[in-house]
Amino acid sequence: MSNDEFKGYRGEALSVLKEYAAPVWSDVTIASARGEFKGIILPRSETDDEHHIVLKMASGYNVGVRACDVQAITSHARKEAHYKIPEKEFPYDPQKSKVVLLGTGGTIASRLDYRTGAVIPAFSPGELFGAVPELADICNIETKKLYAVFSENIGPDHWMGTAAEIFKAIEGGADGVIVGHGTDTMHYTSAALSFMCQNLPVPVVLVGSQRSSDRPSSDAALNLRHAATAACMGPISEVMVCMFGPTSDEYGLLHRGTRVRKMHSSYRSTFRTLGDRPLAKVWPGKVEPLTEDFVRRDRNRKCTLMNKFEEKVAILYYYPNMQPDIVEALIDNGYKGIVIAGTGLGHVNKPLYPALRKAHEKGIHMFMTVQTLWGYAQMFVYDTGRDIMSFGVVPAANILPEVAYVKLGWILGQTQDPEEVRRLMLQPVNHEITEREPIDGYLVMQGGLPEIDSFMKSVRR
Amino acid sequence: MAIPFIDPDCADWQALGLMCGVEIHQQLLTQRKLFCRCPAGLYSHHHDAEVVRHMRPTLSELGEYDGTALMEFKTKKNITYLLDRRSVCTYEMDDTPPFEVNREAVEIALEISLALGSNIVGEFHVIRKQYLDGSIPTGFQRTAITGVGGRLPYRGKQIGIIQLSVEEDSCREVSDRGHDIVFRTDRLSMPLVEVVTEPDMHTPQEAADVVRLIGRVMRSTGRVRRGAGASRQDVNVSVRGGTRIEIKGVPSISLIPGLVAGEGVRQKMLLDMREEMLRLGLTPQTFADCRGVDVSYLFEREETPFTRATLRAGGRFMAVRLPGMRDLLSTKVGRTRTFADELGGRVRVIACLDVRPLVVTDDTCHDLGIRDERWRTLRKKLRCKATDAVALAHGPVVDAQCAVAEIVARVVECFEGVPRETRQVRSGGETDFERILPGPDRMYPDTDSPPLAVTDEWLAALAARRRTPVWELDEQLMAVGLPRDVAENLAISPRLPLWQKAVDGGADPKALGLLLGMRWTALVRRGLPLKRIPEGTLRDLFAAAAAGRVMYEALPMLLEDAAVAPERPALELLNLRGLSPMTQAEAARRISDVLEHLARPTSVDPAARKRYYMGKLMPHFFGRLAGVTVERLFDEIMAGAA
Ligand SMILES: [Zn+2]
Repeated sequence: MSNDEFKGYRGEALSVLKEYAAPVWSDVTIASARGEFKGIILPRSETDDEHHIVLKMASGYNVGVRACDVQAITSHARKEAHYKIPEKEFPYDPQKSKVVLLGTGGTIASRLDYRTGAVIPAFSPGELFGAVPELADICNIETKKLYAVFSENIGPDHWMGTAAEIFKAIEGGADGVIVGHGTDTMHYTSAALSFMCQNLPVPVVLVGSQRSSDRPSSDAALNLRHAATAACMGPISEVMVCMFGPTSDEYGLLHRGTRVRKMHSSYRSTFRTLGDRPLAKVWPGKVEPLTEDFVRRDRNRKCTLMNKFEEKVAILYYYPNMQPDIVEALIDNGYKGIVIAGTGLGHVNKPLYPALRKAHEKGIHMFMTVQTLWGYAQMFVYDTGRDIMSFGVVPAANILPEVAYVKLGWILGQTQDPEEVRRLMLQPVNHEITEREPIDGYLVMQGGLPEIDSFMKSVRR
Repeated sequence: MAIPFIDPDCADWQALGLMCGVEIHQQLLTQRKLFCRCPAGLYSHHHDAEVVRHMRPTLSELGEYDGTALMEFKTKKNITYLLDRRSVCTYEMDDTPPFEVNREAVEIALEISLALGSNIVGEFHVIRKQYLDGSIPTGFQRTAITGVGGRLPYRGKQIGIIQLSVEEDSCREVSDRGHDIVFRTDRLSMPLVEVVTEPDMHTPQEAADVVRLIGRVMRSTGRVRRGAGASRQDVNVSVRGGTRIEIKGVPSISLIPGLVAGEGVRQKMLLDMREEMLRLGLTPQTFADCRGVDVSYLFEREETPFTRATLRAGGRFMAVRLPGMRDLLSTKVGRTRTFADELGGRVRVIACLDVRPLVVTDDTCHDLGIRDERWRTLRKKLRCKATDAVALAHGPVVDAQCAVAEIVARVVECFEGVPRETRQVRSGGETDFERILPGPDRMYPDTDSPPLAVTDEWLAALAARRRTPVWELDEQLMAVGLPRDVAENLAISPRLPLWQKAVDGGADPKALGLLLGMRWTALVRRGLPLKRIPEGTLRDLFAAAAAGRVMYEALPMLLEDAAVAPERPALELLNLRGLSPMTQAEAARRISDVLEHLARPTSVDPAARKRYYMGKLMPHFFGRLAGVTVERLFDEIMAGAA
C-alpha cells in the first residue's frame, strides 16, 4: 500500500497502520491499552504529531488513539466519501445585468469536507447558485477561476493578471466585475487594481469573507449578495472593497480601493476606510452612497489598462534603534524603491541618515509615509523631517504605507525617471492622496467613555 | 370514532417496549470559559451592546441541507445577542478564533470520565456541532470527547455509557416572538460536560434515578457547579415501533418520570393513529393536493377577538382541507393535548406564528367564538365531505401560507408513525415540538483548534486523586447503618474525608454519619455558617466524641457554638458548655441529688414511673453521659433504695 493511502500519517502512527493494513477511510475497531475505540480512520493533518490515529466515530465526533497503545486493529469496511457541491444551473434572466466573478482563491463560497475539515471551494455559477441561490435575484453571473491561492500568496503577477482579466470582462460587456479574494491582502490588491485599471465604465468589487462559508454564521453569502448588488446596479464605477459594515448582519460598506485597510485580524467588520468616509452602504438590492464624490457608472467610458509592476520595492517599517544595515541590505540587493513608514509626521533616527543618503545617491526612490496610518507626512515641521528630505526622501502626504508600496511598484514598472516618479507618486489616481482630511475621517472610538457606552447600547454594531 | 387514550400512570411499559437514554449536561466549576478568558458563572440582566445575526444552513455531507438546518432557515429568525462587556468578549461573538482550550475544564471532564470507567482518548479533538437556532452565535458548538464507553451499576444491572464530552454552554434565551429571538450571552461558552447513556432504562422512574446517580458521580468530584441551571438533561425516549425522540433541556429531575411517561404514551397514540388512518384507507397520496386557501374575507365581520386582532394587524386566514381526518385531529396524544396541538407546535416553530389559537379545527372553532354557520360556509367553500377535516391558520400572509404547508407536511408524516424531532418541555409537564432531529452530518472538525494529547502522566495524576465510586460508597455507608438518603448525601459530600478520618480514629460511623450527612445540612439550611469552623476544631470535637469525652448528641450544639466563634479551640467549646468529663461516682451522686428534689410520679405503672424519672434525669447529663449509662446507674440506685 502506498503512503497516499495513509494520508498525513508519519512515523509511529504510520507504521502501526501499515502493520495492521488499515489505510485511511477504513471502518475499524481498535483494541488499545486505553480500551476499545470504533470509527473510520481519518487522514491526519500534516502539522499534527506522529503518535496518534484519528477516528471519526458513529456519533460524528473525532477522537485520537495513541499509536503506542494499539493492540489490534480490525477492519470492517472502507468508507471513503467524495464531496461535491451540488451544481444547479444558474438561472438566466434577460432582464438582469451581467456580472463577471473572477476567482483568486478566497473561500467566499465553499463547503467543508465534513470528515477532514478541508475546505472545498465552490466556484462555478452552478455551485454558487447551489450555495447562495439569492444571487439569482440580483444578476446573471459568469465566473472565471484565475488562481487558487491563499490571500498571503497573492503578489504582483496576480495583480497584473487580474487587471488584464477585468479589462477583458469589461470589453466583453460585463455590467460589473466581482473579484473574490482572501481578506488578508485584499487592500493591497484593491490598491493595485485601482492603479492598473483606470477610467472604469463599470464597478469592480473585491469581496471575501471573514468567516468561511462552511459556517452557519458566515458573512460570505451576505457579502456576495452585497457585492453582486454593487457590481450590477451600484452607481459607483471604481475599484472597491465590499465587506461588512458592523459585525452584525446589517449592511455592507463599499470602500474605495486606495483608502481601505484590514484593521482587525478576525472581526467581520475588519475593513475600514482610513482618512475619509466610505463610499456607500449596501444591502442586497440597494446601494446608498455616503458621498457625492465618486466616479459614476458610464458604459461608454474606455477603460485603460496599465498592468506593470517593479518588484524591487520595499516597505521599511521604522522602529526606534533601527540600524542602518537594514537600509544597506536593500541597497546591496538592488532595490529600486523604498516606502518608509515613519513615526509621527514621518521621522526616522539619525543613525539611518548616512544609509539613506547613500540610497539616494544610488538612485533609489524613497517616499515617506506615516505608521500612524491616519494623518499626513509633514516633514517641514521639525528639523528631523527637513534633514531626511535632504537625503531625497519625499513625503507622500496621507497615502497609506501599503498603498504607497503598491503605487511605487506600479510607477517604477513604467518609468525610472526621478522627477516623473515623484510627480506620479504625488499625483493622486483615485484618492490615495487627498487634499484635505474630513473632520470625520479619523474615528477610532474609545470604549469606556460614557458617550461611547450609550452609543454602543443604542446602535447595533 | 376516537382512539382510546392510554393513561400514562397506568401504562404497561414493558408491553410498550419503552426505551430511554439520557444526556446529562453539567456545568463545570472553572474560573474561566472554555475557549476564551472570560469569567465563567457571571450572570447578569444588564447589557452594554447588541449584535444581530442570521443563521444560514451549510451544505451537508450529501450535498443536501440537513433537515434541521433547512427548517431553521425556513423560520428566518433575526437573532439578537445582548452583550455584557464583563462576561463576553469577541470570541463568543464569533469575531475572534478560539484560544487554547481551558485545561482545567478538560481535566474535570477526564476526572468524571475516569469515575464512569470510560476509555480515555489518546488525543482530544475539538469538533463543531451545528446549531442553527441562534443559541450559539457561531452556529455551532465546539465540543470534544474525553472518554468513550463506561458502565454504571444501577439496581443490579449495568447502565452503559456511550461517551463523555466537554463542550461550550449556549446562550440564555430572553424572548422568542415571531421572527425575533433574543439571547443573553453571559452563559455562552461556559464549560459543560455531557454524559450520554445507552437507552438502557425501561421505566420512567429508572430514567430519573439514573440521571440522579450520574449527577452524584459528577458532584462527587467537587468540581462541578451547583444551583439553578447548572445541570440540565435531555431525555431520549422511544417505544416499540416508535422513534427516538429527544426531550431537550429538562431543568429538574423530578419532571423526568412524567415527561418520559408522557412521551411514551404520545408515541403509542401516534402509532395507533397511523393504524387508524391506514384502516380508513388514507395514504400520503391522499394529501398530495392539499393546498391552503385564503379565506380571510369570511372573517372580515366576525366578532371574535382573535380574528379581529389578526385582521387589524394586516394578517390573513389560510384554511386547508384534510381529507378523511374529521375524527382524527382531536386524537388525544397527551393528558391535555390533541393531535391538533402537534400541528400547532409545528406552526409555532416553523411559521413563527405565536398568536393563539395557532390552529383552528372543526373541534375548536365553536369554542373559539366562530359562528357555526360561518364554519359551515368555510367547509362548503373548501368542498369538504363529512369525513374531511379543516385546519385554519392565521397571521402575516407569508407565515400563514407557511403554516398550512407545514400542517399538511405534518399530517403526511403521520404515516411515519412518530416523526424524528426534538421536543421542549412546556409548563404542566408536557412537551411540544422544538425542531426536527439533526443527524450526525452536522458534526465536523474544528479547524481552529489543534488536537490535545492526553498523556499517561496527566491521567496518572488524576488517578491519584480518584475516589471510591459513589455507588460503592453508598453501599459502605448503608452498611454502617445509615439510611439511604443520608448515605447518598454523605457519599458526595466534601465532608466525607473528615468522616473517614474520624471513623478511622474510632468514632461511631453511624452517629457521625448522621451528623455529617444529615444534621449538618439542616444546620446550614438554618443559616449557620458551618464552613467557618476550622477543620482542626472539627477533628478535635469528633475525637472527643470517639474518646467518650462528649456524647454525639451534643455535637450539633457544639457545631453551632463553633460556627459563631470559629477561633475557639474544641476544648474551650466543651468547657464553655460545661461538658467536662464525669466519673460514674459523680454521676451516681448527681442522680441521687436530682431524685431527692423530684415530685413523685402520679402513675403507679412501674414502666411509666421509670420513663418519668429518666425524662427528668437526662437533661442533667446531656452530652456528658450516654443514656444507657444513666439508666444503669438509675436502676442501681433504685435497687439500692428498695
Ligand atoms: Zn470570551
